[in-house]
Order: sequence, then structure tokens, then C-alpha cells
Amino acid sequence: MRHIISATVQNKPGVLARVAGLFSARGFNIESLAVGETEDPTRSRMTVVVGGDEAILEQVRKQLAKLIDTIKVQDFQTTPCVKRDLMLIKIKCPPQKRAETMEIINVFRGRVVDLGEKTMMIEVAGEEDKIDAFVNLMRPYGILEMVRTGRIAMARGE
Amino acid sequence: MKGTKLFVESLLNENVDVVFGYPGGALIPLFDELVDCKKIRFILPRHEQGGAHAADGYARVTGKPGVVIATSGPGATNLVTGIANAYMDSIPMVAFTGQVKTNLIGNDAFQEVDLTGITRSICKHNYLVKNPEEMPEIIKEAFHLATTGRPGPVVIDLPVNVTTADIKAKIPKTVNLPGYKPNMEGNPKQVAKAAEMINEAERPVLYIGGGIISSGCCDQIKTLAEKGNLPVTPTMMGLGAFPDTHKLSLNMLGMHGTAYANYAVTHCDLLIAVGARFDDRVTGKIEEFAPDAKIIHIDIDPTSVSKNVPVDVPLVGDAGRILKQLIPQVKSQPRKAWLAQIDQWKKDFPLKYDEKGLKPQFVLETLYDQTKSKKTIICTEVGQHQMWSALFYKFTKPRTWVSSGGLGTMGFGLPASMGAQIGKPDHLVFNIAGDGSIQMNIQELATIKNNNLPVKIIILNNHYLGMVRQWQQLFFNGKYAHTDLCDNPDFVKISEAYGIPAMCVEKKEDVLAALKKAIAHKGPFLLDIRVDREENVFPMVPAGEAISRMIGGMA
Repeated sequence: MRHIISATVQNKPGVLARVAGLFSARGFNIESLAVGETEDPTRSRMTVVVGGDEAILEQVRKQLAKLIDTIKVQDFQTTPCVKRDLMLIKIKCPPQKRAETMEIINVFRGRVVDLGEKTMMIEVAGEEDKIDAFVNLMRPYGILEMVRTGRIAMARGE
Repeated sequence: MKGTKLFVESLLNENVDVVFGYPGGALIPLFDELVDCKKIRFILPRHEQGGAHAADGYARVTGKPGVVIATSGPGATNLVTGIANAYMDSIPMVAFTGQVKTNLIGNDAFQEVDLTGITRSICKHNYLVKNPEEMPEIIKEAFHLATTGRPGPVVIDLPVNVTTADIKAKIPKTVNLPGYKPNMEGNPKQVAKAAEMINEAERPVLYIGGGIISSGCCDQIKTLAEKGNLPVTPTMMGLGAFPDTHKLSLNMLGMHGTAYANYAVTHCDLLIAVGARFDDRVTGKIEEFAPDAKIIHIDIDPTSVSKNVPVDVPLVGDAGRILKQLIPQVKSQPRKAWLAQIDQWKKDFPLKYDEKGLKPQFVLETLYDQTKSKKTIICTEVGQHQMWSALFYKFTKPRTWVSSGGLGTMGFGLPASMGAQIGKPDHLVFNIAGDGSIQMNIQELATIKNNNLPVKIIILNNHYLGMVRQWQQLFFNGKYAHTDLCDNPDFVKISEAYGIPAMCVEKKEDVLAALKKAIAHKGPFLLDIRVDREENVFPMVPAGEAISRMIGGMA
């Protein structure tokens, strides 16, 4: 089972290494890890997507919470939340194909962020499935480069 | 204030009275200050690893954090085993390492290593001090972290220009660690549930670990055991937390536990684990560990609960505080049938050995006999001699047993015995060693001699790496691959070269007189006792087997 676990941590050097080291030392599988500053500049938030059975996930949550720099750990499995990935993708796109590509991009509410003579860079945000679907539709054009942030998530309501 | 001065002030503020340390380039300014501080005793080991284990041994016998300092690069990497050892056994320690100047960090400078990177997974927390103004706050935090919650080592990497800076910050009175709040009290509902389970149990066993000693609640464990008539089995780390001589004691359990402890755990209907972590050396084959039992687990570390074994009633908090909540709710009960069954196992499967020849078990029994009325501390290295000490010496008080449990570090005992003797100058301190282990930190004989520490060193010399040889004999068709130490040096001559009197004992009838001589001698003394070469530690549970299926030593 895959869980999205979010950890609020002290914004200090070495914290990312501590979290990454914890996962590798204990043999936990990370699918993605996203880090960034929060509303409080002394804290950052890490969103980790991790797979494993309930016993492993319980250890992941506990071990993360045990780190001295960790302030709070949330597991979004049972909490209603908004999940997002952000992707930048560069495809082959000669001028005559621009219009048809734009149609697909509009359906997915993506944005063209760079245009080359024969290339196009697109930004798409959303849930993982939507991004995967978009990637599949771009394949026939030829994907030159692609980068994804990994999952970030936030609980709904209060 | 100058950084070096503020450093020494910070140590004094934490009531540090002993520091184990080894100088080096990155530490010269710091040592220049430290040498003038008359309130801190400085001990120079002959290897940084010795310093780390000595600080560990000091912490184990006093309960205070051990402090060790080593220089950057190789000095720091030499501490690594000592830090890992303290981490595995939850021993409070603060390790300081020198570091190259902040502007050289990352440049592969002379004697530079990424020590915070290297030690990240083997310490409770670590710091690289980049801003000198943060040094006093970080030292305060380090001592707080090392000694509270589940204790452990904390590492502080100090660049040389941080210690020489002029620092305006003062030593803070309190720490600000928003992510660190160890849970102390047990959840009252869970405590009530645990009490009810204890009151209803017919065949309970109390399984206690080193957490009892860190928490300082040995008296409460005794009260609980006596009130509920609960048989008690300590882990190796828990030795001394409950008297081995008590009628409710089952002695140690696990791979080299007593048969009656392992049978009791296998047949119990309730296992109450307190300050223990279900280590694989205790549980053996996990599916067959206490198979009929409900489990209550009291531990301060939430990650230890339900890690190896699913737990019915978890109680996260300080063992002493939880026992205080629990004891009034536990009913006094005779449990006659269960205790009679245990007595029968004790009669049928006592600890025993073949008494012909000079047996290591005999040495330990004689030693116990000679020291039981004295304040005694037993330190060990790792191997067969360690298990014989655990089984055949009777521990009755906490902090009198100093042994490397989790990491199993050969070479731990000799330096740890120095730390123990410095921490408890009025105690008779022994280091029980094997002929393999003693050679791993034998240079510390110099430290023992120079500081005139009256440690008694007993080498149970079988000219083998005995524990591995035992496995080879039992499980590898007697093929002794690289375990024969028949060309050992003359330990008596080595000891005498360091200025420590020594004696070799080759006959059983000479053991008593030799022990008496060593004990009566005012300073350090070394005994090289030539024991039966192929004696094995029994009982023994083969690796991965259920603890009820022991081999050897059975009636």
C-alpha cells in the first residue's frame, strides 16, 4: 500500500539527509520526496510517498517522528486532502502541430511555458493519474525531457 | 567570551567532571584551555576508541553522560565504533570532534571527514557548529538530548575557528527543541488494562531490559514482581536490575539464556516487557516466541513498540512513572501452580558444567564467591567469556554490569573498565576478557597504569576466538576457519612491560589464590587464566531457532 506522509521539520541544514538516511538505513521504499519552506520560514514540510504494509508504515511514521528535527508527522491515508504533482515536459513540436497540441493542453489545463522552433515546454499540475494520462498523450510527439516534483499534499478544511 | 573558554564553561555548567580525550591539530586551542581547568579531570587514552568506550563505561556505572573529545579526521573516525556502541545500548554520551576551519569544509582539507554524515545513523542526534554564536546553545541541547527520553550519544563537530572565535552568546538556561518531547506518563486507560491483564494472568513473566536501569526504577520492578508474584527474566542489558539471587529470578533469557527462563517465556500466558526491545538475540525465531502470550510493552521509545513483535497493550513512557501508576492496581496473588512449574524447571535444567579441568565457569563462580560481599563492577569484552560472566556471576545491583550488548564490540571491556573505575573509585572493578578481545584495545593498559586505576583484568584464555569457534564446531563441521590464536603473545610479559603486575594460572587449584592475590593488590593486576580450550557456552539456541529448542547443558 502507498501512503502520503507529510512531516513538518525544522528548516535546518542536514534535515533532508537525516530523512533520506532514515529511509535507506531501515530499508523503506520512497517513491517520491518533496521538500520546501512553509508559512513559517523556520520550518519546512516534506511530503513523502512510501510503500509497504501497515507494520512498515507504522515504523516509518514513528521513525520520522523520532527525529529530533521533526515537529509533526501526518499520514494522509485516511484524511481528506488535496494532492498535487507538478510536471515540466518538453516535447518535439513543429509549428504545424502546435494547434492540435494546444487542444490537448487545454483539456488538461496545462500551460505552455516555452516555445522553441521545433519544441514546446508545458507545465501541468494535478493528481498523479491526470499527469500520467497527459504524459501518455504526449508520447506520440516525442518526449525530449520531463521532470516531476513528486507529490505534495495538504489536508482539507481546518 | 573566547570560544574555548565558553566551551569549558559549558561543560562545567553541565556538571562534567571527567573528560576522555585525545589531542590533535584541530583541538590544540581547546586543549590549551582545558588543561588549565582544575575542576575537570582529563584522561588521555592511548586510542580515541578507548576514550569513547571509557566515556561509555563511566556513563553506565554513574548514570551521568560520558564525555569524549577527539580531533578531526582520523581522531573522529576512531570514535565511530564507540558512538555506535553507546547508541545500540542507549548510553548517554556527548562526543566532541574537532573539525577543519569552516571555510575549508568540503575541500578535502588535511584531516577532514564529513563526521556528521558518517555518524548520522549511529547517534541520537548530531551537530556541525558553523556559527560560533550557536555553540553554547548546541552544547546545552546535546546534554539534554543525551540524558533524557531514551538516552544515547550526541555528536558535536566543532570547526577550529568556531572554538577560537569571540562569542557574544551566553549559555542558555533552557533548551528550545519543538520536535523533542519524550512521553513520560502512561495512558491511564492503558495502564488499567495492563493491570487487569496482570491480575487475570495465570502464567505471567516479567521481561526486563536496560531501560529499567536508565529509568532508575529497579526498586519498583522488585515491588511489582513481589506483589504480583511475577517471575522475572532480565535481558543481558538488564542484568543487575533485579537480583539474580532472588527466588523470582529466572536469570537471563534468549540465545544463551537459562533453560528455565526460555521455557517460562515460551509457556507464559502474559509477557510484560519493560524497557526491553525484543532483540533477535532474545526472541530467537519470532513466530515461536511466547506463542501463547498476550504482550504488554512498556517503553519510552515508541519505535521499539510493535517493531519486532505485535503488542496487545503498548505503554509509551518512562518505565518508573508507568510502574508507579501500575503497581497500586496490581493485586497480590500466590500463583502457586506457575511458580511450582518454574521451580521444577529450575531443578530439572539448572545451569551446570563439567567440573573436570580448569573451566571458565569455575573461575567466575569463584570470583563471585570472593567478591559478593564487596562493591564490585564486572566489565566484559564480547564473546564466550561475556556469556559465562552473564550466566555464572550473580548480579544483584544495577550499574554493576558493563558489557556491550547491541553492537557486540570486542575491545570494549578494557577501556570501559577504566571509565567505570574513574566513575566509581570505591568499587572493585574487573574486566573479564577473552584472549581475542583483550588484544583489540590492549594499548589502554598504559592509561590504566598512568592513572593508577586499580582495575583487575582477568583473561579467560583459550587461545581461540572462542564464540566463533563454538559455532564452527556446532554448525560448520568443526572447521576452525581463522579462529585459532595458538600464537598469542605472552600476556604476563605484555602487562609487566606496561608496568602492571601479572600472573599466569594453569591449574584449577591455583585459581582461588590467584584471584585473592589480584583482589588484595592495591593497583591494577592482570591474570592470564588458561582455561579448557574447547569449552562451550551452554545452553545455546541456534540462530533462527525457537528459544525453547536449546542445545547443550541440559540435564
